[in-house]
Amino acid sequence: MSLIIDSVTKQFGRFPALNGASLTAPQGAFVALLGPSGSGKTTLLRILGGLEQADSGGVRFADINWLDMPARERKAGFVFQQYALFRHMTVAQNIGFGLKVRPRAQRPSRADIKHRVQELLALVQLDGLGDRYPSQLSGGQRQRVALARALAIEPRMLLLDEPFGALDAKVRKELRIWLRHIHDKAGVTSIFVTHDQEEAFAVADLVAVMNSGRIEQVGTPQDVRRDPRSKFVSEFLSA
Amino acid sequence: MSAIGLSTFARRNRGVLPGFGLSLGFTVFYLSMIVLIPLLALFARAFSNGMDGFWTAISTPRVLASLRLSFGMAALAALIDSVFGFVIAWVLVRYRFPGKSFLDALIDLPFALPTAVAGIALSTLYAPNGWIGSLLITHGIRIAYTPWGVLVAMTFIGLPFTVRTLQPVLSEQGQDVEEAAATLGATRLQTIARVIVPMLVPAMLTGAAMAFARGVGEYGSIIFLAGNLPMISEIAPLLIITKLEQYDYAGAAAIGAVMLMASFVMLLALNGLQGWAAKRR
Amino acid sequence: MSKFRPATEDPLLLRVTLGVVAIGFVALFLVLPLVIVFKEAFASGIRIFWTGITEPDALSSVRLSLLVAAIAVPFNTLFGIAAAWTIAKFDFPGKAFLVTLIDLPFSVSPVVSGLIYVLVFGMQGWFGPALADYDVHILFALPGLVLATIFVTFPFVARELIPLMVDQGRDEEEAAVSLGASGFSTFWNVTLPNIKWGLLYGVLLCNARALGEFGAVSVVSGHIRGATMTMPLHVELLYNNYDYVGAFSVAALLAMLALLTLALKTLLEWRYADELAAVHRH
Repeated sequence: MSLIIDSVTKQFGRFPALNGASLTAPQGAFVALLGPSGSGKTTLLRILGGLEQADSGGVRFADINWLDMPARERKAGFVFQQYALFRHMTVAQNIGFGLKVRPRAQRPSRADIKHRVQELLALVQLDGLGDRYPSQLSGGQRQRVALARALAIEPRMLLLDEPFGALDAKVRKELRIWLRHIHDKAGVTSIFVTHDQEEAFAVADLVAVMNSGRIEQVGTPQDVRRDPRSKFVSEFLSA
Repeated sequence: MSAIGLSTFARRNRGVLPGFGLSLGFTVFYLSMIVLIPLLALFARAFSNGMDGFWTAISTPRVLASLRLSFGMAALAALIDSVFGFVIAWVLVRYRFPGKSFLDALIDLPFALPTAVAGIALSTLYAPNGWIGSLLITHGIRIAYTPWGVLVAMTFIGLPFTVRTLQPVLSEQGQDVEEAAATLGATRLQTIARVIVPMLVPAMLTGAAMAFARGVGEYGSIIFLAGNLPMISEIAPLLIITKLEQYDYAGAAAIGAVMLMASFVMLLALNGLQGWAAKRR
Repeated sequence: MSKFRPATEDPLLLRVTLGVVAIGFVALFLVLPLVIVFKEAFASGIRIFWTGITEPDALSSVRLSLLVAAIAVPFNTLFGIAAAWTIAKFDFPGKAFLVTLIDLPFSVSPVVSGLIYVLVFGMQGWFGPALADYDVHILFALPGLVLATIFVTFPFVARELIPLMVDQGRDEEEAAVSLGASGFSTFWNVTLPNIKWGLLYGVLLCNARALGEFGAVSVVSGHIRGATMTMPLHVELLYNNYDYVGAFSVAALLAMLALLTLALKTLLEWRYADELAAVHRH
């Protein structure tokens, strides 16, 4: 059930955002896509989430041709940098959204949804805040709601786009430890975009260093640091 | 003394930029002459026979019927304009097609076209022998010279308000909430209904309120189409004019005062609404 | 490789349905009335149209409308500038109340706008009898028309300028003053160039409304043919007398003016979006 990304390309107009990106990761891995802005990491993440379409290349995951499905069928939980919480809904309603919009046949009962939401609130340590609105929460709390919301649909894959980018340094550090912990508990394959090396090395099993639309090197944090395989990688990591 | 130092000083001291007295004085004088004093006259006249006199003037069947018509039809027109205004704003903001900017500019037409011109045009269109009127007559629907004429005219007049209040809000809304909904499994329709539309409710209410306020006070575009029969298709502004012609100044002023107070309440409600919406963000 | 549409795009059926509804509604409610104005005006040919707009009463109504606008618009422009200057460049209590007051005519029915002047200057009004003693006629004469028009159109320039000038701040003016410029010189050389497109926009809207105002003017006019009939009132008169071609001819003239206003407005919005940016569209 590993994730195989094979030579994915994507152009925006004349700008080549992805130039044949390839990556293999085992099931349940926590992968960091690390690179400078413009390296294509967010584009690759969005393609995995179904929010962009690749021009060519393929992705296989859980024995499915991943790119053949529209976003809403993929069950790929996506966590946005600016949280993208539904402002007019409470925290509980946000988290339960993915369950409520399921087609009737697959929709859990209202009681089940409520139960699941409570479980998730406990998991992200926001018990008792279910009736608050996003505007009443801090940035760190909002991001935890966003994560709970993505986890509620029992995703096959978790995609995080610079999830801590909008938060201050202290909160970032706390949240990334906590994110790793959640990942270990849930056991879901996670892909996490960041431009912050320290962050990538602290939480990921595998680091994929990206540059100009290609993945230059994939490996464990130690491997990549000890054994950079290209000039870009060694310069980027020593910066 | 540096310019920066002087600026800081000036900020603490109202009087550095010249012209305060002159501009404020002129502004207040103008407003008093043009707005305040005449409005005072309105209320003075409306209550010139005391509270009882005011009340009697307001509660005659004919006056009540006209107020019901003006307010009722304006509310209905605002509703229609809200629904179609939403569709139009959506199409203008989200879709791309040739001629879109032309369509966009056209929306302001009811705002720019003199009301009398709109009035005679609508009247000609919806009369039994008009382009639209003749089509509707075959189905037994009469618009011209009936209360429905009032509705049609108010719908015409109010449309720019609902579209123009929604457009900026729709285009400001980031795409990420829609993408989030899609990744969570929602169909496009579910996303629109559960995520996008609820976020637009404050703007829709504001637009509807503005269309409503405009419809209640409208005169020129309605009277050619309405029929103007007392108790049936006579709008409140027309009744004011009729009373003036009969030299019932107090009666006319009373109706005017009611309409003004309703507008004032509406304005307060609107401001309150915007405050509430701002808190939810 | 697109086997499906992007996540945030509407399904084709929905797009077509909404598009048809939107265009249909606009065509029905907005375009058709406009079309019929021109159709009726030119129904008997251009020559009849021309006669319609050049016959003496029609011409005098055009002259009167232009005259009323020529007085009302400059006054309101002056007011708009003064009000915006006061509100944007100074701090004082009651500012919010002032702004509300300026917005007031937008929420008042045009008929009420005319009514209030009848109550002040009419023969049963406050000053009517006194003025009549001096043979000064406000109502049923030019001054009344101008007053009613001023009331109805004065917010336009102010509402454009106030947010614009608030947004632009006071720094440049303060700099000018610190360099020794007088008040008027500061306004003329520093403020005016910054607000010129907003000012033009406001004047354009004010003018269009002034020429087209019907309800307020109808109340104060007395409908004296050849003397107090503005173009919209003349249209009403002709229509009520079943002179449809005549009525629509003058109406077409007003409609052409409205279209010209819309075109200029769109042009200004498009080219000077930044300078107008502080202002919401209405």
